[in-house]
Amino acid sequence: MSLLAPSTRAARPSLRRRIVALAERATSPLLPADYLDLFDPLRPGADLRGRIVEVSPETVDAATVVIRPGADWAGHVPGQYVRVGVDVDGVRQWRAYSLTHGPRADGNISITVKAVPDGLVSNHLVRESRPGTLVHLEQAQGEFVLPTDGGKFLFVTAGSGVTPVIGMLRNLFPVADGGVVRLPRAAAYDIVVVHVAPSEPHSIFIDNLRALDEAGLIRLVARYDDEHGVLDVDDLDILVPDLLERTTLACGPGGLLDALQRHHDQRGLGLLTEQFRATTLVVGEGGTVDFTGSGTTVDADGATPILDAAEAAGVLMPSGCRMGICFGCVLPLREGAVRDLRTGEVTTATPGETEGQGVPIQTCISAAAGACVIDH
Amino acid sequence: MTVLQKKAHNPIGHLSAADIEQIGVELDAIRQSVIDTRGADDAAYIRKVIATQRKLELGSRAVLLVSMFPPAWLVGTAGLAVAKIIENMEIGHNVMHGQWDWMRDPKIHSTTWEWDNASPSEQWKHSHNELHHTYTNVIGKDNDLGYGIMRVDEDQRWVPLYAAQPLWNFVNACFFEYGIAAYDLELGKNLATKERRQDPDFRARAKVTLKKIRNQMTKDYVIHPLLSGPSFLSTLTANATANLIRNLWTHSVIMCGHFPEGVETFERRSIVGETRGEWYLRQMLGSANISGSKAMHFMTGNLSFQIEHHLFPDLPSNRYQEIAPQVQELFRRYGLTYTTGSLPRQVGSAWKKVFRLSLPNGLLRRGRATVVPMATRPDTTSSAAA
Repeated sequence: MSLLAPSTRAARPSLRRRIVALAERATSPLLPADYLDLFDPLRPGADLRGRIVEVSPETVDAATVVIRPGADWAGHVPGQYVRVGVDVDGVRQWRAYSLTHGPRADGNISITVKAVPDGLVSNHLVRESRPGTLVHLEQAQGEFVLPTDGGKFLFVTAGSGVTPVIGMLRNLFPVADGGVVRLPRAAAYDIVVVHVAPSEPHSIFIDNLRALDEAGLIRLVARYDDEHGVLDVDDLDILVPDLLERTTLACGPGGLLDALQRHHDQRGLGLLTEQFRATTLVVGEGGTVDFTGSGTTVDADGATPILDAAEAAGVLMPSGCRMGICFGCVLPLREGAVRDLRTGEVTTATPGETEGQGVPIQTCISAAAGACVIDH
Repeated sequence: MTVLQKKAHNPIGHLSAADIEQIGVELDAIRQSVIDTRGADDAAYIRKVIATQRKLELGSRAVLLVSMFPPAWLVGTAGLAVAKIIENMEIGHNVMHGQWDWMRDPKIHSTTWEWDNASPSEQWKHSHNELHHTYTNVIGKDNDLGYGIMRVDEDQRWVPLYAAQPLWNFVNACFFEYGIAAYDLELGKNLATKERRQDPDFRARAKVTLKKIRNQMTKDYVIHPLLSGPSFLSTLTANATANLIRNLWTHSVIMCGHFPEGVETFERRSIVGETRGEWYLRQMLGSANISGSKAMHFMTGNLSFQIEHHLFPDLPSNRYQEIAPQVQELFRRYGLTYTTGSLPRQVGSAWKKVFRLSLPNGLLRRGRATVVPMATRPDTTSSAAA
């Protein structure tokens, strides 16, 4: 057909495309990538992955993980974060972590993780992860970045909220063997860092911040809860006398960010914030189930399978054996918590911590254990 | 076999309703013990199996590029046959059962897996996971009992078509993947009337199946032979042979699951209002294991632990072997028969039944129990299996 067409150039697929099409026919029902992944999972064109090359402790409960990203890693701006998929006890979990550096000469990326109590992934990364392990990545994202044209800034960081800020500072003030390198572009920045931590030993990156402070590149105000008491945002007016001239970038827990927002709004000051854990999941008995496709909301009690509750409310649901064996009713739980009616086991989905549309659940044996959003 | 409800000696007649519920509780506990210890080792296992299978397939197909040399043909064909068997049995079948869904790896998930077989995953999951595993061995509900072309139970009515069923069974064994595709499409039923033939849902499903078959055939009988250049014909015969070996092997294994002597069948109305304990009991009595070496278990996709698989279809297959002694002990304590035997014995037993039931009941009966009318069954059975 293409030979007879007036313009054969546009109609005829390129040689490369034809080779790809042939390879796809040769590997059907799989894809050539399924075989190539066996030998080079970091090659161009592969799903974005990375390999852990180094895990170094920062404090007793924090570590920096250096990752060699796949060939298609598009780079990042300091302050951005990356979503990382890690297999913990065989189960893939996704979390977002700040990139704690600027672009590196070796092409690697690094994240600094603080093990939080009951934190499945953070504890695994800090204590169990080993060089050589393959992890899954998404491209860097986030609006929490330092404006490029300089100015007067205040960073307010709490706990591991220091990580994106460290990425920005390292980019601005790189440390070489002979000490901190003073880049011309860094001269345009006047930075104060108010860093909050429970106590000094738990404060990750405090040495880096101190070194920059001693070199006169930033002004560091370190506040430890056990020494100075919990920070009251109104104290910022005293701690940072020229607060009114500065733009604030803050990263930390929701409570602190909310307080800062109120404080800055009252004074008409600019504030850019970053919080990873935006929602706290409440696990209970029963709850509303939102179906994103139909826009229906169903009230489900804690003893009724979501499948039954949805059908009773007129939602057309995929179904099968209705006893948990055939997996014909599986739908992605985008957000919320469900309880397995056979075992009592609770499965949760937090936006940003799942892959794709959510955690696939069997609706025929799962009851709502709190408000749920299901992609259907 | 005769449906359990009609047997003179009822194999579950000695169990009270409370016993049956207790069996369910104990089996739930076994299931939970596996779920509680499911983790990184299991994930590493399935990833290793998948990686090994793909490397074996690649290697075999590479060897077959020069299949005009007889040793290359032999090695390549054997490797490809083994790779296809592993892909269908230990990987495909089990992944599509959702045994590995807990890993939340979208590449090894029941909702995304497509297997190296003529039948599209979506249709196989419906007929196998939903119908066969839910209605296991219920006459009239579970079409796996003879696949609609054979009579494998005395309680299936004899028609003359069944006289040639040893032949049907052999033909089905040779072309098993297409048999499965036709079965999943319910071809016999759907081609019967004009109305069914023109049903848009059926036509859509048939189109998907034809596309899958076309892709499968193009791969094995066009692309790889073409890539072999002068070895075109020998690669084609190698691929056809590998598919034939895979078909014969999987057919044999699957026949052993529910056809050998000792496996019970159930009446349609006996499952109305069935409790979880009763469902478990039906799975226990409706399946048969195969005994043998570790390699044999692996090559059957651990379907040699058919009883354990039917009790817990969504537990990772690598764990069936470990729980089998507990399950067998439970059978013993409750006075139930754990049907098992070597592969040759079970295949022989299933084939014997195919031959015997090709004739109407009674013609080849030797010392078997006579069918007793429903009214004579002891009262306990109705609660036991109802």
